[in-house]
Parts: sequence; structure tokens; C-alpha cells
Amino acid sequence: MNYKAKIYVTLKKSILDPQGRTVENSLHRAGFSSVQNVRVGKYIELELAGEHAEVETQLEAMTRDILSNPIMEAVRFELEEIALSATEG
Amino acid sequence: MKTTVIQFPGSNCDMDAFHVVSSVLGQPSSLVWHSETTLPSTDLVILPGGFSYGDHLRSGAIAARSPIMLEVKKHAERGGLVLGICNGFQVLTESGLLEGALLRNQNLHFLCKDVNLKVENSKTAFSSAYSKGQILRIPIAHGEGNFYADPETLARLESENRVVFRYVGAIEDAEGNPNGSMNDIAGIVNARGNVLGLMPHPERASEEILGSSDGLGLFESLLNTLATSALVK
Repeated sequence: MNYKAKIYVTLKKSILDPQGRTVENSLHRAGFSSVQNVRVGKYIELELAGEHAEVETQLEAMTRDILSNPIMEAVRFELEEIALSATEG
Repeated sequence: MKTTVIQFPGSNCDMDAFHVVSSVLGQPSSLVWHSETTLPSTDLVILPGGFSYGDHLRSGAIAARSPIMLEVKKHAERGGLVLGICNGFQVLTESGLLEGALLRNQNLHFLCKDVNLKVENSKTAFSSAYSKGQILRIPIAHGEGNFYADPETLARLESENRVVFRYVGAIEDAEGNPNGSMNDIAGIVNARGNVLGLMPHPERASEEILGSSDGLGLFESLLNTLATSALVK
């Protein structure tokens, strides 16, 4: 089975996000005045193959140990089945 | 003092550090590429400043997972000295050799200027040549130097006197904490006292001709520590 993983890395809520604040100010200046609590994170996509349970285990390890830093980031992912990628076929 | 300076792809302060230890202090020094799996016999490992892996993913994150870092960790476990400067400090936090993390500067700017550092703890292997309370003029050059640690870790760092250097202002044109670091922390040491990370660049302030030699004391402290322990042996 081939999977595409969509990974969302965000700053923990307790961390100040000056980038988010800057983006929020920019949105306000552009007239979107009701916007609040802008937080900027990271989005990562990757494909991998295996049984669903094994793929989930691998993703938990790579998102926790490499793709995010648990000291200041939270991470979650979604998995979807895909057809074989063109590079593998 | 045998020194090894690690080079990661994107490190750019490796030669400055190498110059200080080899030419200014005349010590036997070597450069080791990140993909090596052995370290030469060495007293001090320096993780230099720069933009290892272009700061991709997180500053120092990929470098911290380089093959050579396994050996650097073993060296630290054996009690060997490790000095992480700027990107090197980021590598140390990402590798778990030091607590905390370095976040984006609070004002989002890349800061390139001189700062004043106060020596908070002059009893470490990295600061014994200084006196407690001494102010050092050292340059910084970073975009992610904002030191963060959770409240419990921060309290522990302070109570154990592991904050070695702190940003201060009030002398000439220095404005104090430039990047929003918690408790104005510029450099910390590990519990064992053999691993230190700091964001400012002492290797850029080790010769008067460059404007300040206040940074040389850090390297001299290490020399003295090794000389003393050699005598003890």
C-alpha cells in the first residue's frame, strides 16, 4: 500500500509567534480587521509504502524525532492511500 | 589543547574558530567533515557558526543528526570539552547535549552587531579566565538566537548557575537583550560543565585588530583548564 502523509508542524500554544503577529498586522492593514490569533507553521508532504499500522508507527517516529522539535513544536499528520508514484512505476 | 573544528555543509565560521586556536593560541588543531565517523584524539570539539544545511527544517536540526555527532556525543560523555558557537549552539540544543531551543529573534530581524555580555559564572572551564560580572564586547550575527526553555528547565539552569553569559546593555551603544532570549540568556553550560553553547561569536573578538579581543578569554579558559588537569594527572 502506498500512502501520502500530510504533516502539520505548529508552534506550541505557549510560544510567542512574532511571525504570526507580523502577518496579523499585515492582514489588518489590508482591511481584514476581524482576523486574530494568526500562527504560522510548517506543512510537509511525503510518500511512503507499507502496511497502514507500520506506516503510522514510522510517521510517529519521524515526526517526533526529526520533523518537529517537541520542545517548542506540536505535530500531527494525516494519511491517505495513493496510487504508485510515477517515479516508482 | 588539541582542538577539532567540525565542518557541516554551510558552516562558515569554521576557519575563524580554527584560526583562533591554531594561529592566535598556537594549539594543535584539525578540521573534520561532518560525514566522518571517527574523531581524532582531541581535547576540545568546536561546533562552529554558519548556516549548516541552509537552516533547513530548523537551524542546526539536520547537522545535529550528522554521522560525526555520534562521536561528538561520545566525546562529551567521556568528559571531553565541546564548544558550540551560534549555529553550533543550535546544533547542541537539537542534539540534546544542551537543554532548550533557539527560536526566531523576537523582532524577526537578522542581527549583526556588537553586544555586551556579562560573565555570570566564572567558574566554568569556558570562563575561568574572566572575572564574575566582567563585561565582554562580542559580536552577534544571527536570525534565530532567541533562547527558550520551559519554566522548569529555566529555573533549573538558573539555580544551578548554568547561565554563563547574559546580554546586558548600558555601555556605549549596546541595548541589552537583542533577540528576546528568556532571562537574557546568551550562553549556557551543561550540568557536567564540559559542554557550552553561546550565540555570540568569541572567535570574531579574539584579536585587537578585529576590534575586540574580549572573546579570547573563553579559549584561554579552556587552555588553562586543560593545563591544570594535566598537572593534576
